[in-house]
Amino acid sequence: MIFRVEYVYWLCGLVLAACALRELRARRRAHGAFWGILAAIFLLGDAMKSIAAHGNALPEQLAGVGVIALGLIAGFLRRAPVAESTQEHERRSASAARLGHNLFVPALIIPFGTLVFTLLQPYLNVGGIAQLDRAAATLIALALACVLAAFAATALTRAHTRDAIAETGRLLDALSWAIVLPMLLAMLGAVFAATGVGEAIAHLTAAAIPVSSRLACVLAFAGGVLVFTIIMGNAFAAFPVMMAGIGLPLLIGLHHGNAAALGALGMLTGYCGTLLTPMAANFNIVPAALLELRDPNGVIRAQWPTALWLLAINLVLIWFCAFP
Amino acid sequence: MNFWPLLGVAVVVAGFALRLNPALVVVAAAIVSAMLSGLSIPDLLALLGAKFIDSRNLLVLLLTLPTIGLLERAGLREHAAAWIARMRRFTFARLLIGYLAVRQILSMLGLTGIAGHAQTVRPLLAPMAEAAAEKIDPDIDLDERERIRAFAAATDNTGLFFGEDIFIAFGAVLLIQGFYAQNGIVLDPRSIAIWALPTAIAAFIVQSVRALRMQRRLRAGRRREPESP
Repeated sequence: MIFRVEYVYWLCGLVLAACALRELRARRRAHGAFWGILAAIFLLGDAMKSIAAHGNALPEQLAGVGVIALGLIAGFLRRAPVAESTQEHERRSASAARLGHNLFVPALIIPFGTLVFTLLQPYLNVGGIAQLDRAAATLIALALACVLAAFAATALTRAHTRDAIAETGRLLDALSWAIVLPMLLAMLGAVFAATGVGEAIAHLTAAAIPVSSRLACVLAFAGGVLVFTIIMGNAFAAFPVMMAGIGLPLLIGLHHGNAAALGALGMLTGYCGTLLTPMAANFNIVPAALLELRDPNGVIRAQWPTALWLLAINLVLIWFCAFP
Repeated sequence: MNFWPLLGVAVVVAGFALRLNPALVVVAAAIVSAMLSGLSIPDLLALLGAKFIDSRNLLVLLLTLPTIGLLERAGLREHAAAWIARMRRFTFARLLIGYLAVRQILSMLGLTGIAGHAQTVRPLLAPMAEAAAEKIDPDIDLDERERIRAFAAATDNTGLFFGEDIFIAFGAVLLIQGFYAQNGIVLDPRSIAIWALPTAIAAFIVQSVRALRMQRRLRAGRRREPESP
């Protein structure tokens, strides 16, 4: 196949490396080191994994050292002062008036390009060989659309590649460590799974409730999925643990609940937890940074009422639909 | 059963409560949990490294930044705001409810990557929502602006989460089906997805009502203003 998911990661690595060099030239060493380590992990990650598959764990251990370094440096990242002058604002407004709706074109190439490449994926094959890696088709489609959009944006705004890197650096500086938090949390989730944290929580919950009461079991199941999602930041991690600990043995086994309804509603209960937790960084903390909110929990503050309403509705649905 | 790795969870809770840097807290929790499960230092480092490498897909939104950055420099946000300000029929609530409906329907069709915080909320939805709110009350303060931007992000999350579970080829439905299959319960994915529909409808109603209430609050705020000194 022509487009492999590794190339997407290498492209990310190159962008990160360019931003790291830019920071180092501005003598911002902590920032240079932070983005540099990340660039190395993106550029060398696949090589590290293939060496580990051959029995040599050293490169992956070095990546582990890099992860610890990222955690230690993160606290030292300070945002570069941005001169937001009225002059600059007027320049942007004038440029907006000149370019008009054309400005939407590159922005819309990202979503619609992703859509087109995703839908075309089954047909993009030469000599029976798929051109897009099937397992990661959406990711590759997004990357292709982003590259197209970046070319369109440079052409439209008559910008130089240098400007594109400078603008990326500006946004990356505003996002700071928040953009890496989703990766770190995914890693933490995997470590919790590998060390049996989930089983321990399910075990303790099941031991603490009166199993003969259907209401207690429903509340323990829903509450467990919710709390565990809040801790892990990911309903996909919480669902199997609580389902194995409480759902299967008690709700389906003992109280004869409807498995399909419990599965869907249990997962959606977890999603209510995702709306409530800073651990779901890519949905809650990254957008707060992207939208330049002073309160990193601003998005959670805006969505907790939605989450609680839906939680209550889900509980009612579980009670009446899963146990007819 | 070894309960010691649970202390990793305690590290997360304590770290967030003490407002330490979240990246540092998460790395520390991973180390604590791994050490208490009895892993040696070399194995611990390899586990952290391997799992971090495996989650690279979460940073691919980085590739949207060059485009968004260039367009912002050329005035994309100013243009989106000015456009909404000119359209009288596009009220605050209609904008957000319309976006919610589109986002939820696209997610139901499995097209989750088409929108998002970097692709659509920051460059388009948030400035449009602010401009729509300014049409109601031209002097909204920074706190209110930030609440509006945060509400735009919350609307994107709600649309995504409570749409995607209806798409049968989506990870969540397949995860549920796969989990049951491993435990000897064989289910058709469609029979699972159908149970996500009532919550999806409820999510649309709840978030739409909240958008309408926010619009009403903005209108009330404008009316009160002449009285306040």
